[in-house]
Amino acid sequence: MPAKASRAAFGEAIIELGAKDERIVTLDADLSKSTMTAKFAKTYPDRAFNLGIAEANMIGIGAGLALTGKIPFVCSFACFVVGRFETIRISVAYTRATVKIVGTHAGIAIGEDGYSQMGIEDIACIRALPDIPIIQPVDEVETRQVVAYAVEHEGPLYLRLTRQNLEPVCPPDYRFRFGRWLVLRPGRDVTLIGTGGTVFNALEAAKRLEGDGLSAEVLNAACLKPLDEELLLRSAGKTGHVVTVEDHSIAGGLGGAVAETLGEALPTPLKRLGVQGFGESGDPKGLYAKHGLDPAGITTAVRKFLDR
Amino acid sequence: MADARLEAIARECRVQIIRMLAHAGSGHPGGSLSVIDLLTALFFGRMRYDPARPDLPDRDRLVLSKGHAVPALYAVMARAGYFPEASLTTLRKLGSPFQGHPDRTALAGIEAATGSLGQGLSMSLGMALGLKMAGSPARVYCILGDGEIQEGQVWEAAMAGPKLGQPRHPLDNLTVILDYNKIQLDDFVVRVLDLEPVLAKWQAFGWPVSEIDGHDFEQIGKALDQAEATRGAPSFVVAHTVKGKSVSFMEGNPEWHGKAPKPAEAVRAIREILGVAEAGWEAYLGKDPTTRAIVDELGALEGK
Repeated sequence: MPAKASRAAFGEAIIELGAKDERIVTLDADLSKSTMTAKFAKTYPDRAFNLGIAEANMIGIGAGLALTGKIPFVCSFACFVVGRFETIRISVAYTRATVKIVGTHAGIAIGEDGYSQMGIEDIACIRALPDIPIIQPVDEVETRQVVAYAVEHEGPLYLRLTRQNLEPVCPPDYRFRFGRWLVLRPGRDVTLIGTGGTVFNALEAAKRLEGDGLSAEVLNAACLKPLDEELLLRSAGKTGHVVTVEDHSIAGGLGGAVAETLGEALPTPLKRLGVQGFGESGDPKGLYAKHGLDPAGITTAVRKFLDR
Repeated sequence: MADARLEAIARECRVQIIRMLAHAGSGHPGGSLSVIDLLTALFFGRMRYDPARPDLPDRDRLVLSKGHAVPALYAVMARAGYFPEASLTTLRKLGSPFQGHPDRTALAGIEAATGSLGQGLSMSLGMALGLKMAGSPARVYCILGDGEIQEGQVWEAAMAGPKLGQPRHPLDNLTVILDYNKIQLDDFVVRVLDLEPVLAKWQAFGWPVSEIDGHDFEQIGKALDQAEATRGAPSFVVAHTVKGKSVSFMEGNPEWHGKAPKPAEAVRAIREILGVAEAGWEAYLGKDPTTRAIVDELGALEGK
């Protein structure tokens, strides 16, 4: 299976799901070609709404549609849609409107467009709201299942998707379960937890660490809220060292969530890898290298963390 | 022209607004009293709903986007039979379904959480669209505050409203009413950020607009009829109102945007709402046991 962006897998999945469920509608704010709902709009023109460059209104209309029984997917870049936080807070979260918020172009991996287009605070923002799960699928197989789950999930939900292609990492027989993470590689010495685009790099780093005689367990954290606390505590208890790797601000994302859980339940040495400061324009690989999110950067950080 | 039935209901609801705010010790009397005639006209003769089945799919929906005026909504809902009027005195108290601003899940019959201003029109557009797509005959009513339309999201929604759903599902099942009471929290609207020319703005955005006295039931009724008869676009009604209407010391006074009356002030307000001179008050109360009970209850609050 070739590498595919999770936004592309989402765009395909939503068409298939739309054939089976008339309640599914999509809302966009002039980015449907980028969020990949443009084909849904062509296939089901009566169920796709482009609200123009007006994300707050799009989210509110989504809430209203949800309150009349539709299952709206409101889509934009992660930074633009979550940037309308107050509308999400009241019209979606507090109203308990079953809106599926889709934020694409997550992370610095979008590269050349630069910081203003990068969603790197979205997890932190949505984490603070009660009752909105956050899911970031890792590859095409998982994305398709997560989109199907989003339709079934009662209540609002935030789906974090990438612009860049994602290498397949899930086994062919993988079954997504809400609130559960996946052990992609078992290990003894350190737990590497990735989400979305950083998972593949964590796996690559684990291979390099193996050459040093270090056995790294790699977890795919698709569910960022709720966390799979059971697996997290089991793995941390086993390895005694946890490293989080995310294409998101170092504050309030996967690393923050893991720190909160471990700090209360099982204080464990923790290293958080993520984006520090603002993003910037550049090639995605160069940006990942700069922020230490590429295989070499993760490997170096783990060695230093374990003092090896 | 006078509509004795609606005026009597609105009077009772005004009394309840004052009563619950005095019990709460905080809240927004000015905007509740300006909007109450509009809500009375909607709930008693216009909207189709069943208090026993608040989730009826084809019910008409009311979104009070200016959520701080929710005491007015609680008052009409109580009068309509959603819950007993006695329960209104729990307004803003811990554990009460009568939240300080509308909470959809706290109270059956509330359609949307509002009060963070500027969001209700977008939600109303979505509801109107969803109902149209479902082939429902239900209508959606959205009430905006005048200060509220300074919010940018309102104008995103204003731009979208007449276009959304076209051509198959135009949102002619939506009536939006502006409670234009000319006062916002800090000061008179014209001094904070003038809205004028407000009719021309909404017309320019493609809305059929009418302009009425928001305390005249005949004018309200005609504007709502006209909106219902309009095809192809949602309608916008500019309702000129008086902030704090029917209470002399609250009328047109920015001080009463967000301050609850003290018990003695509440009693005076109720007397004015009922149109009774001070001299005849005790005699009046002797013949009106309901008001007597409310006044006694307020008296008991004094010194608490």
